[in-house]
Amino acid sequence: MISFNHVTKSFGEKITAIDDVDFTVEEGKIVVLLGPSGCGKTTLLRMVNQLESITKGEIVINGENSKDLDPIELRRKIGYVIQSNGLFPNMTIEENVMLVPDLLGWNKKKKRERFEYLMKLIGLDPKDYGKRYPHELSGGQQQRIGVVRALAADPPVMLMDEPFGALDPIIRDKIQEEFLQIQREVKKTILFVSHDIDEAIKMADKIVLLRDGKIMQFDTPSEMLAHPKNEFVSQFFGKDRAIKSLSLHTVENLREVIGLGPVDESIQDTKTIHIHQDLRNTLSMLLNQEADQVIVKDEQDENIGTITIDLVQKYLHFEIKGKMSASQEG
Amino acid sequence: MEKWARFLEVNSSRILELTIDHAILVSLAIFVALLIGIPLGIYLTTNQYLADTVLQIASITLTIPSIALFGVMIPIFSLINQGIGFVPAFVALVLYSQLPIIRNTYTGIKNVNPEMRDAAIGMGMKTRQRLLRVEIPNALPVIMAGVRTAVVMNIGIAVIAAYIGAGGLGVLITQGISRNDNYLIISGSIAVAILAIIADAILLLIQKRFTKKAIAE
Repeated sequence: MISFNHVTKSFGEKITAIDDVDFTVEEGKIVVLLGPSGCGKTTLLRMVNQLESITKGEIVINGENSKDLDPIELRRKIGYVIQSNGLFPNMTIEENVMLVPDLLGWNKKKKRERFEYLMKLIGLDPKDYGKRYPHELSGGQQQRIGVVRALAADPPVMLMDEPFGALDPIIRDKIQEEFLQIQREVKKTILFVSHDIDEAIKMADKIVLLRDGKIMQFDTPSEMLAHPKNEFVSQFFGKDRAIKSLSLHTVENLREVIGLGPVDESIQDTKTIHIHQDLRNTLSMLLNQEADQVIVKDEQDENIGTITIDLVQKYLHFEIKGKMSASQEG
Repeated sequence: MEKWARFLEVNSSRILELTIDHAILVSLAIFVALLIGIPLGIYLTTNQYLADTVLQIASITLTIPSIALFGVMIPIFSLINQGIGFVPAFVALVLYSQLPIIRNTYTGIKNVNPEMRDAAIGMGMKTRQRLLRVEIPNALPVIMAGVRTAVVMNIGIAVIAAYIGAGGLGVLITQGISRNDNYLIISGSIAVAILAIIADAILLLIQKRFTKKAIAE
């Protein structure tokens, strides 16, 4: 758990980079710091591992005030991932990944086992990749290594500063999925910086929306989309926030609320979609293909129904717009 | 050609001897220069104000003509009865090597990708660990380039040291000039050039051996 208690950072009298920020990252949850550039999100993140100083207030990490901890010890207990992955070109992949365990003085056997476990987590062969150097890997692979390097000593807390920002959209999407998969297994307490709204909606249990060092809203993604607290929040998420919020709902949600269409056996060559797929992807799939429906498959790979643009629209109206208009009236 | 053959027959052992003297003078000077220059260059990366001053002084040293610097050494080292010979030449060469070594060490480390440094600090490396494991290995090609410059430069400058009795291949050239003997001048010059080329090649090999492939590219 990371608690920010009225944290402020100022430079001299006039400039306040972080202004009375107060929120908590619950154990095992991902909180995304979101906001336009210069809003202080990276500064706030770097205050946790003492790369930036705190002027007023305190940051409490798992019950301990960060000020009372030795910065070196503290940093070794916090996984840190940065945008350009920060891998050291003079070290092999194994040396890179095992750096913090090495600093902590783990023995060879323990390091070896941990390395193998971590590489399997990201689907790379430890024998094949261990002896390679970072420049021999693709950008996506390097970023995966950057992530597991942060996980190496099994820290309870992780800081991720736009970790997927430098990747192309297709790879980014894949790695985000992969990371969420890993997170379901490792359940770290994560503070994540992003400027990408879609990424924030996808990754976050809760979002902190920042502007000029102040919190504009601290809420779950769906609350933030449905009930923006002020003009800035609604503008930041944009007019298409109804469509954005579709990515928070899955085909399964739609089935529970309004049900799927029947399977028409006479239509051939229709694409299929998995029941856990989100509705935003489903919608773009529907818009991109010529048929007006896709077949929904469940976990056992059985066809359980079809989904059409009409159904998505109906659901959007029911679930999301309904909530939004209710909030505007209220 | 026949004359050359006769010249070499008579003088080859002397040329070889002088070449070895030359190489020893330069190697010792570089060795001491490294002991001073590399730690100093590393330290300067942590002290911006001192860095500017020291690099300035090192630059000025390099602008002093070598013959003048050797000249200045004579009265100073006369105080300890070492006015001419090996000691003043050695000290002058150490001074000349400082600029390329300090500057390249300093810039090499300063120019290590700041994100890499950030990652190193953020992962909990101590200053010493960061220097030894990340910064120096990644700055090695730049540092070695400085060392190579210093070595090649010193091989040239050490020729002048013959004037203050430090020996080395400069002896052939100065004798050649005073006796108007082209054989001496040319053989001395060629030996100096070959020595410089060989030294540079050896250092390049060492550099490649100790630099990880990833950084060299």
